[in-house]
Amino acid sequence: MSARLASVTSATAAIRLEHLKFAWRGGARLLDIDELVIARGERVFLQGASGSGKSTLLGLLGGVLLPQDGRVVVLDSDLTALRGAPRDRFRADHIGFVFQQFNLLPFLSVRENVLLPLRFSARRRHAVLQRGEANAEADRLLRALDLDPVHHGHKVVASLSVGQQQRVAAARALIGDPELLVADEPTSALDADARGAFLHLLFGECRRAHTTVVFVSHDRSLAPMFDRSLRLADINRSLCTGSN
Amino acid sequence: MRALPLALKSLRNRLGTALLTAFTIALSVALVLGVQRIRTEARESFASTVSGTDLIVGARSSPVGLLLYAVFHLGDATNNVSWQSYQEVAAWPDVAWSVPISLGDSHRGFRVMGTTADFFAHYRYGARHPLEFSAGKAFDDVYDAVLGAEVARKLGYALGNEIVLTHGTGRIGTAEHKDKPFRIVGILARTGTPIDATVAVSLAGIEAIHVDWQSGTQIPGHTVSADAARRMDLTPKTITAFLLGLKSRIATFGVQRAIDDYDTEPLTAILPGVALQQLWSLVGLAENALTLISSLVVLVGLAGMITALTTTLGERRREMAILRALGAHPRLVFGLLVLEAGLLTAVGVCGGLLLMYAALAFAQGFVMDAFGLALSLAPPSMLEAALLGAVLLAGLLAGAIPALLAYRRALSDGLSLRI
Repeated sequence: MSARLASVTSATAAIRLEHLKFAWRGGARLLDIDELVIARGERVFLQGASGSGKSTLLGLLGGVLLPQDGRVVVLDSDLTALRGAPRDRFRADHIGFVFQQFNLLPFLSVRENVLLPLRFSARRRHAVLQRGEANAEADRLLRALDLDPVHHGHKVVASLSVGQQQRVAAARALIGDPELLVADEPTSALDADARGAFLHLLFGECRRAHTTVVFVSHDRSLAPMFDRSLRLADINRSLCTGSN
Repeated sequence: MRALPLALKSLRNRLGTALLTAFTIALSVALVLGVQRIRTEARESFASTVSGTDLIVGARSSPVGLLLYAVFHLGDATNNVSWQSYQEVAAWPDVAWSVPISLGDSHRGFRVMGTTADFFAHYRYGARHPLEFSAGKAFDDVYDAVLGAEVARKLGYALGNEIVLTHGTGRIGTAEHKDKPFRIVGILARTGTPIDATVAVSLAGIEAIHVDWQSGTQIPGHTVSADAARRMDLTPKTITAFLLGLKSRIATFGVQRAIDDYDTEPLTAILPGVALQQLWSLVGLAENALTLISSLVVLVGLAGMITALTTTLGERRREMAILRALGAHPRLVFGLLVLEAGLLTAVGVCGGLLLMYAALAFAQGFVMDAFGLALSLAPPSMLEAALLGAVLLAGLLAGAIPALLAYRRALSDGLSLRI
């Protein structure tokens, strides 16, 4: 699978990390990645133990954190060269996030949560409106993720099960067809059966929109479902996480 | 603006704690405004105990002492003014009107004031309010009495009831003028001044009950019946003090000097406003204490708000991180919190106003009864409005502290939602 790496040119790369170095303020260097390239449309599984810097790496990909050194190029934009507000706009326009838990805003309904990214991104709003009405698209995504919008759409988020909440979060990450989906341990709160079902539904929707997926987890058993599997310990040269 | 609906929905989700926070602010706002109002009201009601009277004249004494016994009916005069001197001064060309006052008797703890019917015509209090009768009319007969509102209420008197005056103002070992009871012919409306706690009778009435008295006791064997007394000359020989109204206020100082230099008898004339100010500066310590308390209350209220906002910050970290992941700028996170603080403070300020008016309306009667303070339900004064504005501003600033924390955290937290 790693043979694909060489075939990815800059034009077809969704993500390109170059000589990336990152340390939290006052801490030792956490990440030191010489090169990582992920192709567009590729679904990559990134495995690492907790504390190994997985979430930090996702923060760098999302432009929420900035490296001390090196470049983070996402969809041909160098995030390290963008100022704060354009970086936030870039994230809103092009990246969908799914987290382990606490994904949804508890004070919004299921449908309002799904529609939330459209508040922050004109690009994704237009993408949705080109195909029809925003509510209809939210309902379509919920249905695609096996949630009945008529039954669940108006519900308070807290009344859903954890598995249902994760699917709402996935629908929110995917609305407006962002090019990149970043998932941080989204299945760790689910049981084994629900995990498989969740990934199956998620990938079905990503394939349709040709979405690049970067999926981070400590759970190696999920790796076979992806195009490519990486160990953070293998690409991170930083000493403090070398044992992983 | 997209922050407002989010802030509102987020607040609605935490309605319980949000309302508690707003309630804390409302309580301190109500307390501050209430204290402020009582303070100004106390000062004003005190300063306007007498208005429209240009000079108060009594035997030579300190201005504050004269004010205390002549107006507040506290303590006793050391000397009286002779009727003759009063007549002379009252006839001066600059004098428009004069009202004699004779003190020294009491009725069940309330002072009795002998005066003339002119008192009801000329006495003014507050913003030059004349005295009004809630029932009946001014005294006419020798044995008529007019009650202050407080006297009538506390003792449960009505028109037509008969009362007996007590010699002297003490409570123990006093003798009663049992043989000459007075009939209640009028009850005054409440004024919030010492008049409320006063029984007013005619000078002739005071004279009549004392015709057969000497040195504080009735002369044995020389009792004069009430009817017999009517036929005697009831012109007083002395009075305690008198109020003067002048034709022109410009003459005030001239008349005052003339009275102070009066040869026949040592007299003192005071300007009530000036003496009231002097007296207030004596009791001003209480006012300073109130000011101190009200500023402490503001501080405590704001500290409570900062605490409440900072406490919710922890539980809202996930909310902020989610918004950040969706592409919200840290400024939005900052704005949300400041907006929330602003909304809570605004609700608190409005609630505090309502609370204060409710409390005032509720306590009005009690405060009037217990302290003689007329708490008004007037709309906020300029000072109060400024105070409310300051609270609102302080609320926004107080919200800015946790908001700044959230802003910096939003910048440095990354997207990790581990709490």
